[in-house]
Amino acid sequence: MSSKACTIASVGTPEQDKKLRESIAALHGGHSLVQILQAAQEIYGYLPEASLEVIASELDISPESVYSVATFYSQFTFSPKGKYAISVCLGTACYVKGAGEIYSKIKEKLGVEDGGCTADGKFSLDACRCMGACGLAPVLSINEDVYGKVTPDQIDGILKKCD
Amino acid sequence: MVRSHILVCGGTGCHSSGSDKLYTLFESELAAAGLGDEVKVIKTGCFGLCALGPVVVVYPEGAFYSQVGAEDVKEIVTEHLLKGRLVKRLLYTETVAEDTILSLDSTDFYRKQKRVALQNCGVIDPEDINEYVAYDGYMALAKVLTEMKPEDVVAEILNSGLRGRGGGGFPTGTKWKFAAAQPAGEKYVCCNADEGDPGAFMDRSVLEGDPHCILEAMAIAGYAIGASHGYIYVRAEYPIAVKRLRIAIAQARETGLLGGNILGSGFDFDVDIRLGAGAFVCGEETALLNSIEGRRGDPRPRPPFPAVKGLFGKPTIINNVETLANIPRIILNGADWFAAMGTEKSKGTKVFALGGKINHTGLVEIPMGTTLREIIEEIGGGIPDGKKFKAVQTGGPSGGCIPAQHLDIPVDYDNLTAIGSIMGSGGMIVMDEDNCMVDIAKFFLEFTVDESCGKCTPCRVGIRRMLEILEKITAGQAVPEDLDTLEGLCYFIKENALCGLGQTAPNPVLSTLRYFRDEYDAHVREKRCPAGVCKKLLSYTIDPEKCRGCTLCARNCPTNAISGELKKPHVIDTAKCIKCGACIDSCKFAAIYRR
Repeated sequence: MSSKACTIASVGTPEQDKKLRESIAALHGGHSLVQILQAAQEIYGYLPEASLEVIASELDISPESVYSVATFYSQFTFSPKGKYAISVCLGTACYVKGAGEIYSKIKEKLGVEDGGCTADGKFSLDACRCMGACGLAPVLSINEDVYGKVTPDQIDGILKKCD
Repeated sequence: MVRSHILVCGGTGCHSSGSDKLYTLFESELAAAGLGDEVKVIKTGCFGLCALGPVVVVYPEGAFYSQVGAEDVKEIVTEHLLKGRLVKRLLYTETVAEDTILSLDSTDFYRKQKRVALQNCGVIDPEDINEYVAYDGYMALAKVLTEMKPEDVVAEILNSGLRGRGGGGFPTGTKWKFAAAQPAGEKYVCCNADEGDPGAFMDRSVLEGDPHCILEAMAIAGYAIGASHGYIYVRAEYPIAVKRLRIAIAQARETGLLGGNILGSGFDFDVDIRLGAGAFVCGEETALLNSIEGRRGDPRPRPPFPAVKGLFGKPTIINNVETLANIPRIILNGADWFAAMGTEKSKGTKVFALGGKINHTGLVEIPMGTTLREIIEEIGGGIPDGKKFKAVQTGGPSGGCIPAQHLDIPVDYDNLTAIGSIMGSGGMIVMDEDNCMVDIAKFFLEFTVDESCGKCTPCRVGIRRMLEILEKITAGQAVPEDLDTLEGLCYFIKENALCGLGQTAPNPVLSTLRYFRDEYDAHVREKRCPAGVCKKLLSYTIDPEKCRGCTLCARNCPTNAISGELKKPHVIDTAKCIKCGACIDSCKFAAIYRR
């Protein structure tokens, strides 16, 4: 990361940037870096590098210290998600019921790595740790929709629904 | 006049299988049938029997409808609510008798349960403070504010014998006593709702089903230690819980049960929410404090303990959700009532999230001292598909795998520790003969390696070395000495890691080495995975008797490892085979074996 924070003119659209500055102003007051990062991710859908620099400059701390917190938490992502963000639960209950196989199958089908996005921006794939829907294991979610008791042969059908 | 209530489960499991839609459908169908004023639909918290979700219960009859689909709503409304005829095909079979419905408490799943922490889940509408109040809500807070001195409250909790339900099992009253003894001034009450153990979801269910009880408990704790502010640190992955907490806080403030001068007592207390950002280590209390302060969730060395120097450097108590859920009930019913349940050193009840290879997956709350066998075979309904029980895992990534020979031990903190596992937060995952214990140990280490914060070397480097050895073992490349190195590393890391995450990370390996050594040996010495899970140790063969030579497998094989003429048996070239299993998936004649 460079330390040219003050020269950053824009991160996303003007509305998004305005929202970010408003959120920082509203939450400013120490101890709020995690909350500000959460707000930024909500605004942009991920954390663009430039947004970290804006936050650093507004809070008057080094970009490195913002980066250090942002990389610590798995909630924060530095690349955009796909139109359909797939999340496969690899919690214990799902894992013992074969979630690992489902995950590798989707990975293979989409040709993406963990946390990756397809070239056309349609799908992104993540593994997550327990959605608390263990009664339906194995579970995956696509955006807000949860699919329970998934079997490998259902995957094609589930992916086809995303159009 | 409302004559019937329809309770639709709004817990995570049922929500995921579409209970929201059921709720709106019921509303519209009832309106269409002209029953809008007579029948009330309520979205509740979790009933516990998630395996049969979505769950709908109709009162006053107590009809427990399971696996209700959108297409069933109309039938329930027209048959049950208009004509008074039960929809038998949807009733939970165990509650169906000749011509009446049996009480839920008589079913195998509920009979041995005792709901204390979960008492309001699946009973009240969590988004309505009046329903909580109608079930004695905020009575305990009123009692402590009007009848008890702070030291009486601490004494009551101490006498109850309540221990932390988040995993550590530290006596709650002792924590409170330490914090109360600190000089008056700014102090904090934190609720640890960063439920990170994959496979445990009781805290989520309490927050979703009974959020006010947590607010009430935090206010009681605040009064006991002299704090006027509290924080709930809750996972961002729990959107429903967060939403209901926000509603609950707003309602409590509006009615004067949070804020300044509560119930005219001169006691001030308010609560804020902080969202976790996805880091397992933040369930560790000092890491959680750092995270609330907006920093990386690195654990802090102890001492100083949080009770002395915690959040923002002030005395702080951190209690888990389930622990707090017990507090109002202890205050109202007395320490003796609570201490009468459970075993000598573990009082009260414990909620377990029963999952994995078990028929009745869901949430169960049992008195401490219930045996694992009762939980798995009676409440849980045993293993599906006639498979054989292999192990039950408790305590998540910090716990261990318990084999069949220990199923008759009464569950409490000390007994589980003695057999190499821990109580943990209450995840209980059942495994059958198809699960490979080496693979499970590897699974947990992948988790802890991922979640290690990197602050101390034993955890950051040590666990990674352990994982590498397990990867060698599951790939068939290990030598017998590797097992000794693995075990040595376990003990070293247990003794030297900075926080609970590192100190307990070796537990899944140690317990599987202790009880399933033969599986490790099979992997290392015979290069064989007895459960048929570890891919690199499997070999695929085609049964020439069953193969019709349809060529489908050969066409699906990504490495062209399968050859053969049309309509003649095919063969797999094991040198080329990458063991992906595509051939098995494509074969229509079950002619391919994996061993």
